[in-house]
Amino acid sequence: MAAADSGSTVAGSNLALPPKLVKISGFIASLILTFIGLTAITFTIGRVMPADPVLAIVGDRASQEVYDQVFLQLGLDQPIYIQYFKYLGQLLQGDLGTSIMTAQPVADDILRFFPATLELATVATLLGIFVGIPMGVFAAVNQGRWPDHVVRIIGLIGYSAPIFWLGMIALLVFYANLGWVAGPGRLDVFYDSIVEPVSGILILDAALAGEWEIFHNAIEHLILPASILGTFALAYIARMTRSFMLDQLSQEYILTARVKGIPEWQVIWGHAFRNVLVQLITIIGLTYASLLEGSVLTETIFSWPGIGLYITNSLFNNDMNAVLGGTIVVGVCFVGINLLSDLLYKLVDPRVR
Amino acid sequence: MSVLALRSWLLAEVPGSKGQARCQRLFIGWLAFRRNPVAVIGLLIIVSLILIALLAPWLTSSDALEPNLGRRLQPPGSEHWLGTDELGRDIRDRIIWGSRITLYIVGLVSIIVVPIGLFIGVVAGYIGGWVDTVLMRLTDIFLAFPRLILAMALVAALGPGLENAVLAIALTTWSPFARIARAEALTIRNSDFILAARMQGVSTAGILARHVAPLCMSSVIVRLTLDMAGIILTAAGLGFLGLGAQPPTPEWGAMISLGRQYLIDQWWVPTMPGIAILIVSLGFNLLGDGLRDVFDPKSGG
Amino acid sequence: MSSIRRVADSMTDSPLLSVEDLHVTYHTPTGPVLAVKGVSFELGREKLGIVGESGSGKSQTGRAILGLTAPGGEVRAKRLEFDGTDLLHANKRTMRRIRGGGISMIMQDPKYSLNPVMTVGKQIEEAFLVHSNDSKREARRRTLEMLRAVQIREPERVYRAYPHEVSGGMGQRIMIAMMMIPEPSIIIADEPTSALDVTVQLQVLAVLDDMISERGMGLIFISHDLNLIASFCDRILIMYGGQVMEECRADELAQAKHPYTRGLLNCLPRLDGSQDELAVLRRDPAWLEIREKIS
Repeated sequence: MAAADSGSTVAGSNLALPPKLVKISGFIASLILTFIGLTAITFTIGRVMPADPVLAIVGDRASQEVYDQVFLQLGLDQPIYIQYFKYLGQLLQGDLGTSIMTAQPVADDILRFFPATLELATVATLLGIFVGIPMGVFAAVNQGRWPDHVVRIIGLIGYSAPIFWLGMIALLVFYANLGWVAGPGRLDVFYDSIVEPVSGILILDAALAGEWEIFHNAIEHLILPASILGTFALAYIARMTRSFMLDQLSQEYILTARVKGIPEWQVIWGHAFRNVLVQLITIIGLTYASLLEGSVLTETIFSWPGIGLYITNSLFNNDMNAVLGGTIVVGVCFVGINLLSDLLYKLVDPRVR
Repeated sequence: MSVLALRSWLLAEVPGSKGQARCQRLFIGWLAFRRNPVAVIGLLIIVSLILIALLAPWLTSSDALEPNLGRRLQPPGSEHWLGTDELGRDIRDRIIWGSRITLYIVGLVSIIVVPIGLFIGVVAGYIGGWVDTVLMRLTDIFLAFPRLILAMALVAALGPGLENAVLAIALTTWSPFARIARAEALTIRNSDFILAARMQGVSTAGILARHVAPLCMSSVIVRLTLDMAGIILTAAGLGFLGLGAQPPTPEWGAMISLGRQYLIDQWWVPTMPGIAILIVSLGFNLLGDGLRDVFDPKSGG
Repeated sequence: MSSIRRVADSMTDSPLLSVEDLHVTYHTPTGPVLAVKGVSFELGREKLGIVGESGSGKSQTGRAILGLTAPGGEVRAKRLEFDGTDLLHANKRTMRRIRGGGISMIMQDPKYSLNPVMTVGKQIEEAFLVHSNDSKREARRRTLEMLRAVQIREPERVYRAYPHEVSGGMGQRIMIAMMMIPEPSIIIADEPTSALDVTVQLQVLAVLDDMISERGMGLIFISHDLNLIASFCDRILIMYGGQVMEECRADELAQAKHPYTRGLLNCLPRLDGSQDELAVLRRDPAWLEIREKIS
C-alpha cells in the first residue's frame, strides 16, 4: 500500500536526485556565477577604467622600482583575460592586494574592521525586526485609521531621510545636548585595548571577559548608531510587513477563519501573520544586507571603525586596492546573504517543499 | 465645453475613440490618485521643486553664491531665512540653486536608466532562452552589488565629479527596471494581440518597441518614482563623501559635509540642506506610493 | 446542548433565521453601490436555494447574515434574527459564538479558502476548539471522526497534509468537515461546487446532503446554477439586481410566474433536443427598481 499510494504530492517527479540536493547545488552554482560577475566588475573598475592602473594602486609618490614591481604583479604586459584569471586566482587565495595606507595586506585590515560593522548591522537589524514587525502588523490591521497613518509617517521619514544627516542630528540632540548617550567611536578612549578581541564583537567580548564597565560603555556607544541604522531597517520592515499583511488579510482563508468564530487577534497572528512570516525571511535578509551598505555613511558620522569607514578612508587616500578589496568583501556578503535568505525561504515554505 | 459636459464625456460608459479612452483612463486614474491626500502632497512637493529650480534666478539675490566673510555663520533670521554658512553665503539661496542640481541628477539618471532597463528587460522577457539567461545574470550581478559602495568604487576609478557620480548611480540603479520590464514582457509574450502582430509580419524589434515596451511603461514609471528617493539619497551620500559635485557647487550633500564641523554651535549650517533632501525624498516616496496605488492597488494596500 | 435545542426547535414552528428588508450598501468614490436592496426570507430546517447571476447580491446576503460584510459596506435591515438572537445589534462576542457554532459557511474554492501554511487537521481542530472546552486529544479524535464522516478514506494522512496537497473535491469535503464540526444549526454554502468537476460535484453534494439531513440543519445554498438548485433544494429564491424576484418551492419551479425566472428557465438547454435555438434572456430594466416586498 505504501508504494502504490504515492501520496498527494507533485505527481511525476522522476528526479534521480533528492530535491534538497538539487536546490543546494543550484544555490552554490548561483553563488559561483555571481562571484565571477562581481569580480569581473571590480576587475574592470580596477584595471580597465583608470588611466593607469598601476598608479591607481601605488599612488603618485611611489618609486620607479615599486611601480615596476606592481606592473609585473598585475601582469599588465599580458592580455586582459590572463590578467583576469590572475586576479581571480589571487582573490581565491585571499590575496586582496596591499594597502598603501597601512602597508598591510588588505585582507588583514578588512578582517580587523569587519566585526565592528557586523556588530552594528546585527543590532540594528534586531531593532528593525522587533519594533518594525509589530508596527507593520498594527498598521495593517488598522488600515486607514490613525495607527496606520502614524506608522506610515515614521516609515516614510526613516525611508526618506539621508541617514548620515539623521545620525548627525541624533548626535547633536542625544549626545551634545541631552547627554543621554556616549559620543562617536566604539569606546571611551581610556577603555581602549583592555578587552582581548575574541570575536571582534565588543559587547560579546566584554561580556565574556566579565568586564561589565566596559560592556556598559560599549553599549552606550553602540546604541545611537544602531538606532539610526535601525530606524532605516525598521522603516523598511514595517512597510513590507504592512504590505504583506494587507495582502493576506484580503484572502479567502481569512474569511474562513472569521467564519469559524476565531477571536480577531488569532486571525491576525495565527493565520495572516503565519503566511507573512515566510516572506519576511527574504525581507530581513535584504535588510541585513542593505545595512552593510548603510553602515558606510553611519560609520563616517560616528567614527565607528568598521568596514564602511575603512572603505571611505581608503577612498580619500586613493588606496585602490583597499577600496576594491572592501567592495568585493561587502559585495560577496551582500550576495551571500541574499542567496541564503532565498534558500531559507524555499526550505521553509510548505508550498515549495 | 462646460465643466459638466467635460466630466460626463470623461465618465462615459463606452468611449468613442482611442483618444477618449486614453483621456478617460487618465481621468479615472487622477480621481483615484486624488483620493489619497498624502500622494497629492507628494505631487505638490515635486511640482514645487521643479518650479523653484526653474525660477531660481528670480527667487535668489544675484550674489547668492558669492562668499561674503562679513556675514558668515549668521543664525536664521528675517534677513537670512535659513542663516548663512561658513563663507557667508545665504543658505536658503544655496538650497534653491542646489535644487537644480538635484533635478539634474534625477533627470539624467532617469534618462539613462529607463531605456537601458526597458531594453534589456523587454528583450530578455520576450526572446527568452539563453538570451534571457545571460541578460538576467548580468542584471542580477548589478543588482547584487550594494549601490553606494559600487558607486564609490566607480568614482574612485573615474575621479570625483557630478557626471561621474551620475554615471555611477545609473549603473547601480538600472537592474530593478530590467527585472520589472522582463516580468511584464513574459506575461504579455503569449498574448493574442502579439500573435496577431507577428502574423501581420511586424518585425521583432517593431513588436518590442510598439507593443511590449509601452505596456511595461506604467510599472517602470511607478518603480522609477519610488526609486527616485533612493537615487537622491545615494547622490547626497556621494556628495557628502565629497565624491559628487565639487565645491563651490551648492549640492545639498556636499553642503552638509562642509557644514558638519559647525554642527554643535551653528546647527543650521548642516541641518537645513538635510531638511531639503528629506522633503524632496519624501515627496518622491509619497508620489510613488500614490502612483502605485492607482496602477496596482493590491501591492500597496 | 445543541441537540436539545434542536429538538425543542422542531417542536415549535419558529424559523431558525428571519431576514426582513435586508440592505447592503457600499460607499465608493463614484457613489453608493446598492448590493442588496430589501431582501426578505425565512429559513427553517430545510434547504433553501438562492439563485442569481453575478452581481445579484446573493453572496452579499450570505455574508451580511454572518456579519462579515467587507469594510466599506453598510448593513441595514428591519429584522435579522437567528434563533432568537438579534444579529444586527449583537456584540462581537455573541457574533463570534454564532459564527461556527450557530451559523457556518462553506466557500467556493478550497484552493483559496483554506490556510495554505496550516495542516488540514490543525485547521479543523481549531474550528472545534473555538467552540468547546475540550482537550486537544478530544479535538484530534473528533477531527478524524469528521474526516471519516465526509467520506475521506485515509483520515490520518489527510490530517497531516497541507491544503495544496489535496484535490479539489477532497478540499471541499474538508471544508464541510471543518464547518460542521462545531455543530451549527445553519450552514450557508456559497457556490460550494462551482470550482469542481461535474462528477466530483455530485459526490460533494451527497456528503453535504447526508450531513444536513442527519443533523436536521438548515441550509442556504447559493449558486448560479438553476438546475442544480432545483434538484437539490426544497425552496428557491431567485435574485436579480440585489432584490428577490421570486420565491417558490423547488417542485413548482416550472410554474414560476416572474418574467426573469421564466427567462432563466427558457435559457437552460434541454437534453431532449426540442429546441433549435437557445433563447437569450432579455433583461427588463424595470426589474432593477426597488419595489415593495413581493410576498
